[in-house]
Amino acid sequence: MLSRTADHLFWMSRYIERAENLARLLDVTYQMSLVPQSLDAVNQSWHAIIALNSLEETYAAKYSEVSGENVLKFMVSDPDNFASIHSCLRMARENAHAVRGTLTTEMWETLNSTWLEAREKTFDQLFNAGISDYFEWVKMRSSLSRGTTLGTLLQDEAYHFIRLGTLLERADNTARILDVKYHVLRPQGDEGATDFYEWGALLRSVSAFEVYRKVYRDVITPERVAELLIFNKDMPRSLQFCLNSVIKNLELIANSHSGETQRQAGMLHSQLRYGRIEDVLEHGLHEWLSDFMDRIYMLGNGISKDFLVPMGEAA
Amino acid sequence: MNFYNEMVDANGGVRTHYQGYDSWLKATPAERIARKRAEADLAFHRVGITFAVYGEEAGKERLIPFDIIPRIIPSAEWKALRSGLRQRVKALNMFLHDVYHDQEILKAGKIPAEQVINNAQFRPEMMGVDLPGNIYAHIAGVDIVRAGEGEFYVLEDNLRVPSGVSYMLEDRKMMMRLFPELFAKHKVAPVQHYPDMLLEKLRAVAPKGVSNPTVVVLTPGAYNSAYFEHTFLAQQMGVELVEGRDLFVKDEVVYMRTTQGPRRVDVIYRRIDDDFLDPLAFRPDSALGVPGILKAYQAGNVTLSNAIGTGVADDKSIYPYVPDMIRFYLGEEPTLNNVPTYMCRKPDDLKYVLDHLPELVVKEVHGAGGYGMLVGPASTKEQIEHFRQLLIAKPNGYIAQPTLALSNCPTFVEEGIAPRHLDLRPFVLSSGKCVDMVPGGLTRVALTKGSLVVNSSQGGGTKDTWVLEN
Repeated sequence: MLSRTADHLFWMSRYIERAENLARLLDVTYQMSLVPQSLDAVNQSWHAIIALNSLEETYAAKYSEVSGENVLKFMVSDPDNFASIHSCLRMARENAHAVRGTLTTEMWETLNSTWLEAREKTFDQLFNAGISDYFEWVKMRSSLSRGTTLGTLLQDEAYHFIRLGTLLERADNTARILDVKYHVLRPQGDEGATDFYEWGALLRSVSAFEVYRKVYRDVITPERVAELLIFNKDMPRSLQFCLNSVIKNLELIANSHSGETQRQAGMLHSQLRYGRIEDVLEHGLHEWLSDFMDRIYMLGNGISKDFLVPMGEAA
Repeated sequence: MNFYNEMVDANGGVRTHYQGYDSWLKATPAERIARKRAEADLAFHRVGITFAVYGEEAGKERLIPFDIIPRIIPSAEWKALRSGLRQRVKALNMFLHDVYHDQEILKAGKIPAEQVINNAQFRPEMMGVDLPGNIYAHIAGVDIVRAGEGEFYVLEDNLRVPSGVSYMLEDRKMMMRLFPELFAKHKVAPVQHYPDMLLEKLRAVAPKGVSNPTVVVLTPGAYNSAYFEHTFLAQQMGVELVEGRDLFVKDEVVYMRTTQGPRRVDVIYRRIDDDFLDPLAFRPDSALGVPGILKAYQAGNVTLSNAIGTGVADDKSIYPYVPDMIRFYLGEEPTLNNVPTYMCRKPDDLKYVLDHLPELVVKEVHGAGGYGMLVGPASTKEQIEHFRQLLIAKPNGYIAQPTLALSNCPTFVEEGIAPRHLDLRPFVLSSGKCVDMVPGGLTRVALTKGSLVVNSSQGGGTKDTWVLEN
């Protein structure tokens, strides 16, 4: 497969996954902001979204204050914000457009019509129609895109690069959400009720609320939430699950100079495969997650260098 | 001017080959037609069958209007057209081989040598280069118009990178999806095997000794107006769609950069003009091409389709000589007519043209896409005077032809169904062994009332083209 094609496929799937993750995060934050609490606490969780995406400067250039409506507007439909859902859907479609011959008709039509529909709606229309409906729609379009990929695409290299893009993006997102939320929540973990809603929201943002109940059959505690999101091998958005799949897909596309990238991925994977939540918490969750995100970033770079950036004559 | 109507004869009767369609159209409620037309629009958008228009906002894509009334060609007419096309394309390929080798036709004085040698489209780099099967134009898009009963004219031979075949295929798919009942009633010759036929031809012209050639489609990229077609053909043939940056040349061999390292490429169906193909040989500022590809080509290590230098045969200044080529190479009389052409470089012709501008169509010798032409009868005095100055300043840059009474066909337009002028572009494939084409081609229709310019860049639309089988 052409390196450039693989690059477009990788980023196509990263962007659609990113749009979905963002929709999830914005949705639970919005739902949470409707639970009675102090305005400070509400604004803090909106601000966390900006911080999570390292967008403080871009945001500050447009808005003087952090509020639910401003953050939603900025993250949902601002075409100037390269990290908004709008931008992600556009980038997913543009990457797909560049390789539409490699995609199945169903995949292309899904991403193309998603973008065509998304660009029709202004923020006010979306907000007035119920912004949660829009988030639901984004999640469904992402699911549809994953479904058409799984249901129609030949499972050759193209499929593996698409999966790698999805998994790296998802691992990064789960780690990021956990990091920011744990940070915000942990010190003030005072009253049971708020805590329950806050942790419940975090779980819902990665579709893990019901999963938690099923796995632990017990009250929600921060340590178990962290354990579930990091170490559970069967939960599709946990770090271990993502790395299990990364390893498998990397093996299937291995070439003569991807050895180092595979070794790095293997090391990271073994930490998740054999690690324990107690050790992580003792070491400091924030430090551990920062390290994890750095290594995911390096892994993405390695894949890019080994496969995606056009190789010269020497290769 | 009286125009031939494809559907209705001079007495108002429906022609035999349109009777089935006509009775269907009359029996179908207007409301259903309207719904189907809206459905077609939506589907074309969703599938993304769009084209970019130069000069408009970058990245902006438009639909080519699709008309649901097909252009129907009876079997006998098509057979005559087909044999004429075979003859013509065969002669054109022989001409190309000749001018880049022994130049017999020039020595025989059939075409003035300076018209060929000094032509901007003549590529001296191709002199003495032998190509598989001696074929230069593997894909030819020949534009044909009808003026009357059985009276067809070739407007031009597109031998460089003719486009539009994807619309031919998508139009058929759309018609079958919208109106399956029509196909149950008519014996419409299928066209969907075009990509197969193309792939077979491309494989057949691989460099000597390559038994299982790697074929690719080379595109200028996603912002090219025909990008949809490039991806479509690559996908339908199951070959890689590459851009110039995906390819490189080492030791006169072309490779593509893949995730598993370099892979050799044998046949390139290139949709990039000669000028942009190799920055080392042609335009040095081209970022679309592949440095060194000309050398690899001259060494016979890769096949380019179409060949470099085919432009010398479809140039409007060479066009008037095509009938002579047919006589010279094949010893046959041409079956398809040429439009009588005044070459403004000849003083007598220029004088005639200047005296008759309001009746003539004037074209730039190197123009394409309907840009830079004058349709005398449809132009204002100012436009005609403007062209007069252009002609006087640079006579050898122009040719002129009588305005043909292009046939028309009923078409859905804003005020209902009205006749609009159309042309036909069959896609003729050659590999050395044979010359093939799928029945019909792309029918383009000028949607503006009275307009004779059918190019999509000038607001033209398309119709499905039916060749009826007996």
